[in-house]
Amino acid sequence: MSLQSELEAGKFVITAEVGPLKGTDTTEIEEVAEILKGKVTAANVTDQQSSVMRLGSLTVAHLLAERGLEPIFQMTCRDRNRIALQSDLLGAWVMGIKNVLAITGDLPALGDHPQAKPVFDLDSVQLLWTISRLNAGYDIVGNELKGKPDFFPGAVVKVESDTEAAMELQLSKMEKKIKAGARFFQTQAVYDVEHFARFMKRVEGLGVPVLAGVIPLKSAGMARFMNKNVSGVFVPEELIARMAEAEDRAATGIEIAANLIKDLKDLCQGVHIMAIGWEKRVPQILDAAGISS
Amino acid sequence: MILSEQKPFDEILGYLEGEKNVFILGCNGCAQSSGSGGPQQVAEMKQKLAEAGKNVTGTKVIDFLCEKALVKSGLRGKIDEVAAADSILIMTCGVGVQAVAASVNKVCHPACNTINLGGSRGEWQGSERCQECGQCLLDYTGGICPLTACTKGLVSGACGGASNGKCELDPKRDCGWELIYQRLKAKGQLDKLRVFIEPLDNSKLMAKPALLSTSRYALEQYDQEEKVK
Repeated sequence: MSLQSELEAGKFVITAEVGPLKGTDTTEIEEVAEILKGKVTAANVTDQQSSVMRLGSLTVAHLLAERGLEPIFQMTCRDRNRIALQSDLLGAWVMGIKNVLAITGDLPALGDHPQAKPVFDLDSVQLLWTISRLNAGYDIVGNELKGKPDFFPGAVVKVESDTEAAMELQLSKMEKKIKAGARFFQTQAVYDVEHFARFMKRVEGLGVPVLAGVIPLKSAGMARFMNKNVSGVFVPEELIARMAEAEDRAATGIEIAANLIKDLKDLCQGVHIMAIGWEKRVPQILDAAGISS
Repeated sequence: MILSEQKPFDEILGYLEGEKNVFILGCNGCAQSSGSGGPQQVAEMKQKLAEAGKNVTGTKVIDFLCEKALVKSGLRGKIDEVAAADSILIMTCGVGVQAVAASVNKVCHPACNTINLGGSRGEWQGSERCQECGQCLLDYTGGICPLTACTKGLVSGACGGASNGKCELDPKRDCGWELIYQRLKAKGQLDKLRVFIEPLDNSKLMAKPALLSTSRYALEQYDQEEKVK
């Protein structure tokens, strides 16, 4: 079943993430695709994540589709103007890509090409609006398309905010994204189930499925690093302590992730596992969480 | 010199929807020489708004709305008229609108678009910055420009990268959208966050060749060259 049909059927959905590497070697991507196939419903392909230049998400999404793993093509507004965005969207549809995750994107200053000129001709909300226009058979200036796509557009939302303004801005933007066409949401990594439950309470009226983000912890240092540097990620002290004391850190990280998934199961419509290098361990995490494919 | 032109009257009326009483502010600086917000245009606007059924509680034309001290001293004799208004309609460039919005706790509407002259000119003391985008968005953002206050220039809201209200690019810099949120909240305008803004017309973000060949532009260039010498 496709991502769209599973979400529409109310199934608890599992998505994973594939991060293209810098270079033309696709061996690892192909291995990961083979492992994830049948275990997850779809896999996101990141678009030059953290503004680090890599193999493109459109190409890799196509590769996954060819290998039978449904891709979620992540598209940022950082590197392409509205002409290129629309053109690549048409290209994506032609290459068999159905799901697009619309994101504004990081600033180039944070990546490995800080000298780059940021584009941001559109932002995430406007990109969703653009996808809706293309689905309706028109480009954004109103010209009719010969043959139109039927994308299933998604968007992201942050669960944890450190100020009232940031929280309210996330929620109002989430509503805007829905109005612009978002049909599902994936969140930044969640570690505090209570916080997440409170967030879901606030958005339950919006009626759009939410897939909670899960990043398996690899070490206490990684958790502290994310708390300090990644906006919207909050790892509770208790989990950091468990990782610090763990004899087998990998096993503990997997156990924590599996428990999170069990707890999140009753709160939302799915989970999005961002394994960051641990893609091959995703089936293990799912087994530990008691999720059968 | 910052060049501005009046927004279409219907757009201005749209901003004033649901409001009855309005105070009009004009500028004796660039807006007067642009023919967009000097004494004559303020008087005309007053009449047009009255014809459209609005009650103009008062008007004032101040020398340089871009200077917050002058805004405050200029409005000293008009406090009751401003207080009686639901909002202020500001007939000047983006810098002036931002300076007034930062100085007066009233809903502020821009009446003009600032026209691109290929780079900001004019000298002002405050932190307000205008990119001369030609499609002023300040009505939606509490009088803080999202193009210049947000490092990504986002018009649909915060990107989510801020930490404790600071931009991820520079921990000393405020998140522009958090500032906008605070301002909208203070002015009771949080509903503005729901407005969808269509992709900007970036062709207006560049100066038109016709403008660059005017004598005014030539004089400015001459001025700059003189300074360098």
